[in-house]
Amino acid sequence: MHSPIEAIGLAPYLSVGAILLVLGVFGIFLNRKNVIIILMSIELILLSANINFVAFSAATGDLSGQVMTLFVLTIAAAESAIGLAIVTVYFRNRGSIEVDDITMMKG
Amino acid sequence: MNWTLALPEIVLALSGLAILLAGVMQKRGQAFFSCTMMTLLALVVTGILVVLAPDGTGYGHVFVNDGFARFMKVLSLTGAALSLVLSVGYAREMEIDRFEFPVLIAFSTLGTMIMASSGNLMTLFVGLELSSLAIYILCAFARDRVTAAEAGLKYFVLGSLASGLLLYGISLAYGFGGTLEYAGLQQAVRGSAVLPAGLMVGIVFVLVGLCFKLSMVPFHMWTPDVYQGAPSPVTAYMAGAPKVAAFAVLLRVMAGPFGSMTPQWQLLIEVVSAASMLFGALAAIPQVNIKRLMAYSSIGHMGYAMIGLAAGTAEGTRGTLVYLVTYLFMNVGAFAGIVAMRRKGHAVSRISDLAGLGRSDPGLALAMAVFMFSMAGAPPLAGFFGKLMVFYAAINAQLYALAAIGIISSVIGAYYYVRVVKVMFFDAPAPALDRMPVSVSFVSVGMGIVTVFFIVGLGPVATAAQAAAGALFR
Repeated sequence: MHSPIEAIGLAPYLSVGAILLVLGVFGIFLNRKNVIIILMSIELILLSANINFVAFSAATGDLSGQVMTLFVLTIAAAESAIGLAIVTVYFRNRGSIEVDDITMMKG
Repeated sequence: MNWTLALPEIVLALSGLAILLAGVMQKRGQAFFSCTMMTLLALVVTGILVVLAPDGTGYGHVFVNDGFARFMKVLSLTGAALSLVLSVGYAREMEIDRFEFPVLIAFSTLGTMIMASSGNLMTLFVGLELSSLAIYILCAFARDRVTAAEAGLKYFVLGSLASGLLLYGISLAYGFGGTLEYAGLQQAVRGSAVLPAGLMVGIVFVLVGLCFKLSMVPFHMWTPDVYQGAPSPVTAYMAGAPKVAAFAVLLRVMAGPFGSMTPQWQLLIEVVSAASMLFGALAAIPQVNIKRLMAYSSIGHMGYAMIGLAAGTAEGTRGTLVYLVTYLFMNVGAFAGIVAMRRKGHAVSRISDLAGLGRSDPGLALAMAVFMFSMAGAPPLAGFFGKLMVFYAAINAQLYALAAIGIISSVIGAYYYVRVVKVMFFDAPAPALDRMPVSVSFVSVGMGIVTVFFIVGLGPVATAAQAAAGALFR
């Protein structure tokens, strides 16, 4: 009985995780258009860590990584709900969610 | 299993839920005050239970209760309770007197307590998120003001990024250390002759995430905007309890699991600490808004507190703990002054709005002057002793450069603190401020007394901090 992780090794999983992390970070900093894209990037970052957890958990046979994944999924759901709520509040006040418009305070 | 270990947390969580229920069942106008009072009661009860809670680890080693956790929890509860008292009059005048406000503070405090007691990277992350998610909402709580919404949005985006990086670091530490538990990680780190590169990267990511929450340079960019935009009592809270908790986690992780690799991370902490102290001192000079000034001031203070961690000794940890105590009190006191800054029912926050306060409200001006001098580190006041202890620890750990940078930046920092005092007492008077609510003058006077007479309580505080630090370095 071979699990996929024994067949192809840990590296592909970690690479996908690392690529998702980089995509997420760049999505936050290079994006000049829309706050919703930032919310998506944050989800990407959390999911990249999840892939790592599951891969490590399968490779080492230690279950706590998968438990952690379930916690992270719950937290990610709460986080995006709060994020969307804050974006809604912001849109009501400002009438726009362009990233370039978020500059009321500076200095 | 010893479930009474987490009794304070359980009580606070259940009372948070109960208060939420009580708030829903009351009329809109009255709910805020009664819920605030109930939350204050819950915080006090939790504080008593924290002091009485037994030592030990429980829940499959995810939860640790020791002298260190107890010290940090009491500190964080104190900060939360004081900022809640500040919000009583303020919330009504700013029309944010909704009953969710105290409940969110209670849940955020619960998160900070869980962080202080974490024995596992999972508990760390869940506690951190519980505390952060509540603060994101609190920042945007004045939902009709565009600055508050913007502060909430900025803090949410950058805070989530920091949590994401922290989580990624935890995943690497888990993979290369083989476990999420602090004790297991400690053994893995001690046992290996050459540390896996993945573990090092993971530790750096964890450090970055925590430094973000602590607003250390170079991860400080959110601080001034968020401090300025959020309602003042929320800023007072943010500058207190969550920072204490982030320090609790940082000290515990760096002394415990990663304690045997101090030489590897020490330089990193030194650089971050020195950069925060210098940046906090220099960037505050041109500020005209007092909340932004306090933001840069808190960046600097976190840098000073970090010196104790850089020392990597029990003495350094004691210094950091005493520094956090003094910081918490003078910070809440200064924010009491900022909460009191209202003119014709509107909150004002320019430093020039304080002009002539020495004549129009000598009591408040005197209290503010005490806090400013204490933050600058003037001798008989509280802030001096915190600085003294961290510098002393740095010199004993032979970090002479760091101590020198600390002393230089506190001299530079004194300039902008004293400038506030000069504006209050010697500038041409601005129109008088509104009368402040009783709760605010209570906090202001109370913290003023604590700051001035801190030398009386220094012995017990230092002993408690010593015991707390001893629990980490066994």
